[in-house]
Amino acid sequence: MQIEERKRTKGGSLMRSLGAVALLMLPAMVFAQDAPPPPNKGDVSWLMTSTVLVILMTIPGLALFYGGMVRSKNVLSLLMQVMIVFCVGVLMFAIYGYSLAFTENNAFIGGFSKAFLKGMTGDSLTGTFSKATNIPELGFFCFQSTFAAITPALIVGAFAERIKFSALLVFIIIWLTFAYYPIAHMVWFWSGPDAFTTLEAGTAANVNAGFLFNKGALDFAGGTVVHINAGVAGLVGCILIGKRIGYGQSALPPHNLPMVMIGSALLWVGWFGFNVGSNLEANGFATLVFANTLLATAAATLAWMLGEWIIKGSPTMLGAASGAVAGLVAITPACGWVGPMGSIAIGVIAALVCLWAVSGLKRALGYDDSLDVFGVHCVGGIVGAVLTGVFNSPALGGTDVYDYVANAFPNPADYSITTHVISQLWGVGTTIVWSGLVSLVAFKIVDLTIGLRVTEEQEREGLDTVSHGERAYNG
Amino acid sequence: MITAIIRPWKLDDLQLAVARLGVQGITVTEVTGYGRQRGHSEHYRGSEYQAEFVPKLRVEIVLDDASAESVVEAITNVCRTGKTGDGKIFLAPVGEAVRIRTRESGAAAA
Repeated sequence: MQIEERKRTKGGSLMRSLGAVALLMLPAMVFAQDAPPPPNKGDVSWLMTSTVLVILMTIPGLALFYGGMVRSKNVLSLLMQVMIVFCVGVLMFAIYGYSLAFTENNAFIGGFSKAFLKGMTGDSLTGTFSKATNIPELGFFCFQSTFAAITPALIVGAFAERIKFSALLVFIIIWLTFAYYPIAHMVWFWSGPDAFTTLEAGTAANVNAGFLFNKGALDFAGGTVVHINAGVAGLVGCILIGKRIGYGQSALPPHNLPMVMIGSALLWVGWFGFNVGSNLEANGFATLVFANTLLATAAATLAWMLGEWIIKGSPTMLGAASGAVAGLVAITPACGWVGPMGSIAIGVIAALVCLWAVSGLKRALGYDDSLDVFGVHCVGGIVGAVLTGVFNSPALGGTDVYDYVANAFPNPADYSITTHVISQLWGVGTTIVWSGLVSLVAFKIVDLTIGLRVTEEQEREGLDTVSHGERAYNG
Repeated sequence: MITAIIRPWKLDDLQLAVARLGVQGITVTEVTGYGRQRGHSEHYRGSEYQAEFVPKLRVEIVLDDASAESVVEAITNVCRTGKTGDGKIFLAPVGEAVRIRTRESGAAAA
């Protein structure tokens, strides 16, 4: 009996021990099921590479593109404006920009829960576009910070050669806060694909997603958030600041077209980080985004050149560089939603419309948008956004929009171009009105306090010596 | 002294032609200006400009009176295309010339 008992006891204790092990393991197993999988090293590498590429497209790409287009007495002012605005943009994004753009609050703006990057470590994760696939949130922050920093840098081209440097910096801080972060939140903020387990869960998750996200406005890499947003701000700015002295009367030609060419080429290279990086994952789909970015740009460059050759009589370097940028802008919202042939169509159409915008439209309206920020970025952004709704159609080679509840693409026959274009117009219209109003108020505030424009004498002397105390070319 | 305003891309031909006539030194300056040619049009995106001032080269040759006529003839021959913008040649007397190294003056210095 005793032996028996002992056996049982032993057995019992063994059972208990096993039970204890099982109990110990249980939370671990539950954890293993619920815990997000570790980030894929390929995804992380691509995210960081993309971030570097966007920095490359800004400094030096955009800076040289703009710097070459102004007169030699103003080249440093453009290089400085782009570089410094970029730094301001990145820092503001860490302080409160990321939090306002990418945390939950309401449909128009995020909250301050991640201000100063609160709680973010190398282990923090955020979602991608695939279920159960995460990337490090700090990497996502860095990537997005370059977007928030290049966008205001695009604006400076509109009022180049006459803006007061201090006024520009104050304007940028106001504009980023009240235009960029809300628009980024409206277009891009959502809870990620993992929340879409059932239709109800998906609907619940979308309650706090961005206003334009819920309108169904597609913007893969920033056609509305970056280009329309910046383009409108540029238009408002150049109208309020007024034309350059001599505009329309004497020649204000670009001082260094090879510099413009180098800048546009760096923009093109860097844009692969911008567009393909926006896929957040280094997967097969990323190669579609890559192909679209490549093809649209080549098509747009050729289309602008041919249009100019036919209308003006010569295929110019500046025209080719402008065509490349117009194509890049237009494919930005579309690059993850259309097929390669759709991207070629978008490139061609965007280039021809932008060519008209910087010549016919600009002459008719009479504003002095020095480097055509409105004509290329806003107009190209609108063309790209609207055509995304058209060429997203599976019938035209597009990808359609993935259904995360059904875990499948919808029936191609159900795709309605009209519905999608209306969604796209919501994105375009909201961005134009929102950015336009914020810009108007911000420019007015700065004009009344600091003054937007340098004096006539200073403008004639050139901003390099007046604002920065140095000259680009000595000897 | 001969002062010739010429198309920039004619300089090589001019140099060869005058060297054959024994001209030992020429001075070339990049200049801009306009005459009857009145510039040309350039276009940058939407803006078209009448570039009023056209780039030219100013070639100065100091030489003795006897060879002036043949040198002018040679410059005219090589720089002429027959279209507006070919340039001009001016002739003017020089008061004095000094070779700095040797302090020679007059014809020996030129």
